[in-house]
Amino acid sequence: MHKLLKDSPGEKIMLLGNEAIARGAVEAGVAFATTYPGTPSSEVSLNLFQMSRESDLYFEYSTNEKVALEVAAAAANSGLRTFCMMKHVGLNVAADPLMTLAYIGVTAGMVILTADDPAMFSSQNEQDNRYYAKFGHLPMFEPSCVAEAKEMIKAAFELSETLKQPVLLRTTTRINHSNAFVTFGDIKERKTKGRFERDPMRCVTVPAVARGLHVKLVERMDKAAGMSESSEFNFVTGQGAWGVVANGVSYHYALDAVKDLGIESKVRILRPGFSNPLPKDKIKAFLGSCEKVLVIEEGEPFMEEAVKAFAQEAGLVIPIQGKAEGLFTPLGEFHPAMVREKIAAFFGIDYTPAPKMETSDVPDIANRPPNLCSGCSHRATFYAIKKAAEGLDVIHPSDIGCYTLGFMPPLSVGDFVVCMGGSVSTSCGFSKSTDQKVVSVIGDSTFFHSGITGLVNAVFNRHNFTLVILENGITAMTGHQPHPGVDMELMGMSGYGRVDIENLVKALGVAHVSVIKPFKVKKSIETLKEAMAFDGVSVVISKEPCILWAKSIKLKKPRAFEVTDKCKDHKDCINGIACPSFYIEAGRVKIDADTCVGCALCAQICPENAIRPLK
Amino acid sequence: MKTLRMVIVAVGGQGNLLASKVLGEAALIEGVEVRMSEIHGMAQRGGVVESAIVFGDASSSIISDGEADILLGFEPAETLRAIGRCSAHTKVITNTATLPPFTVGIGKGAYPGVDEIKRVLKAKTAGLVAIDAMALARKAGSPMSVNIVLLGALIQTGALGFSKENVKEAIKRRIKPGLLEMNLNAFDLGFEAAASSIA
Repeated sequence: MHKLLKDSPGEKIMLLGNEAIARGAVEAGVAFATTYPGTPSSEVSLNLFQMSRESDLYFEYSTNEKVALEVAAAAANSGLRTFCMMKHVGLNVAADPLMTLAYIGVTAGMVILTADDPAMFSSQNEQDNRYYAKFGHLPMFEPSCVAEAKEMIKAAFELSETLKQPVLLRTTTRINHSNAFVTFGDIKERKTKGRFERDPMRCVTVPAVARGLHVKLVERMDKAAGMSESSEFNFVTGQGAWGVVANGVSYHYALDAVKDLGIESKVRILRPGFSNPLPKDKIKAFLGSCEKVLVIEEGEPFMEEAVKAFAQEAGLVIPIQGKAEGLFTPLGEFHPAMVREKIAAFFGIDYTPAPKMETSDVPDIANRPPNLCSGCSHRATFYAIKKAAEGLDVIHPSDIGCYTLGFMPPLSVGDFVVCMGGSVSTSCGFSKSTDQKVVSVIGDSTFFHSGITGLVNAVFNRHNFTLVILENGITAMTGHQPHPGVDMELMGMSGYGRVDIENLVKALGVAHVSVIKPFKVKKSIETLKEAMAFDGVSVVISKEPCILWAKSIKLKKPRAFEVTDKCKDHKDCINGIACPSFYIEAGRVKIDADTCVGCALCAQICPENAIRPLK
Repeated sequence: MKTLRMVIVAVGGQGNLLASKVLGEAALIEGVEVRMSEIHGMAQRGGVVESAIVFGDASSSIISDGEADILLGFEPAETLRAIGRCSAHTKVITNTATLPPFTVGIGKGAYPGVDEIKRVLKAKTAGLVAIDAMALARKAGSPMSVNIVLLGALIQTGALGFSKENVKEAIKRRIKPGLLEMNLNAFDLGFEAAASSIA
């Protein structure tokens, strides 16, 4: 049995934040769950996916976040407790249904997880999604630790059901990817089949209806504001006249800092956990008992601006600061020493940080950036693209996935990366606005996510570029999740359809479509050259399974290669493809037999045919 | 328990996340509060993987520069790279078996000698235990047990204050039965090696 399905209330277990969130949803009786995977949210959905295979919980990997939210919106309007999860930038994709679903509301509890990524450990920006709650009029919860995340999602389902309104659960990477002990609670029974009751005056958002719904939405948020005032998640600790308002992980950094500085008796801390609407009266009362207030929040001054406005309403003129010169920054993530130092500075405590470790005399160490894996099919495709485009003035729009790493030398395929699906539509723009050749790359999962519409645009507007679709048969970057092009039988699962990319692309009207096997290097280069010579939109589908995935399902058995004595030290292999299995020993190129999988890419580009399977 | 902050650094695939989970389980057995933080995602494509483990009363789950009480490094250059996490009071335990970054492997990046790494670590911190965990892991039966060899060394130093028995119990709870004996053996080898390394 899946460890998160165990009906063992009181059991204390160490869980990853994302596991705790999944368990909380199960304890809340969630029956319907949808997602598009994205770090740092991916393990929440992975666990629900696994649990759905051994329970009556419905779970799906949807094609993108907009689809996931719309699928979920229907379930939540059919009386099922519904959970929709995504990373912060995923909510941009789902923002269209989000804004209007707030008007319509739900008939059963619905929670939407937005997993934000301050410091961008695995993201293209560090936007602060708390503004979505304000923007869309959605109640929001923000946990400060793993155990609280599990309790909060349960409260979020209850609140959603009471207000008949979707609720946002906003986490940051340090919640999602922290481990801590969690105590299991009771599992509420799941209601897995609902019924949609027609209610056009609530569910059909023509202008005449929507005007009325907006009024009701404002009323619901007024009610939410009242509930925020009395929420147990909005609490004050300490008695002093020095005020701290801190949310999320910053609350714990503040708690530790106050203790470390020995100023527990002087400080009171307000922790808003039900953070939209903020508890206005509670905050005003808090401000009223403070001489000065420091607001500690990663990201934008979301609370700070509200707290300052509340102070103005209450006629209070105490100093309130947060994001300021010498205090906190909107950039990156916070850490305990930073918070300790800023608290000391703001309240005038005598505190000298420990001297920094002297590192000027530490010898240089080469960086260890992430790299495409040994035997990664993308490497072969990028090499072929590079060769096919040799001598041309080329732009390579790229997209979001492992293959984004192709922008690094020596492959250097990747000149413009903005968002999921952006490779295709930016190709349209580059091809019209320049005379440069445009050859772009997109992964298969990303193509399904939001590349298709850009390609339709390209066909209709007669753009001129070559799109290479990297069909590796899985969503690799986030940990091997399915997508609509995946053969689910390979996962040992039945009952799924499958969309064939080649047929799809042809049906869209792309006039020049070809397929390559990227490890057949010569043939791939020729095919790519033909596609690039075509006047109009051409698509090349590069078909080869992700090597990590292929190894894990035993589709491929590694067979290492070696560099034989025929090597004349051209180093075309190392300089051209930078496979991490290469190393140099006593001036000679060697292959690490433990990591080489035998893709034979290097063997095909060696001018001396010196690279052979290891005997 | 007073707060003890420990940073583990490794190269993707060396099993530091499992090592962290074993220590978390050991903390549960010891009755010590624990919070851990780890980095996933893009960082795992052959990059550096770092975990922070905070034992005891503090409530944060990450560790600022200069504030690690213990640094456990799975690869010598990564241990040295993490020197900024340490102070003069930090105890350091490191593997001496190298996994040079790719750029070094192809002759395009600097990689200090292991003796130099050991010298710098020793000079700047409160004590260094350096063992060839890879050789011991192979001796135990699999290079994959490097993580457990290093846990053995860590526990031997007493830096954490956890008993050998409790950590072995945690290993039993966290490691598949088929691999258990090999890993317990790996733990003992690391433990013994650390003892002679200090002497």
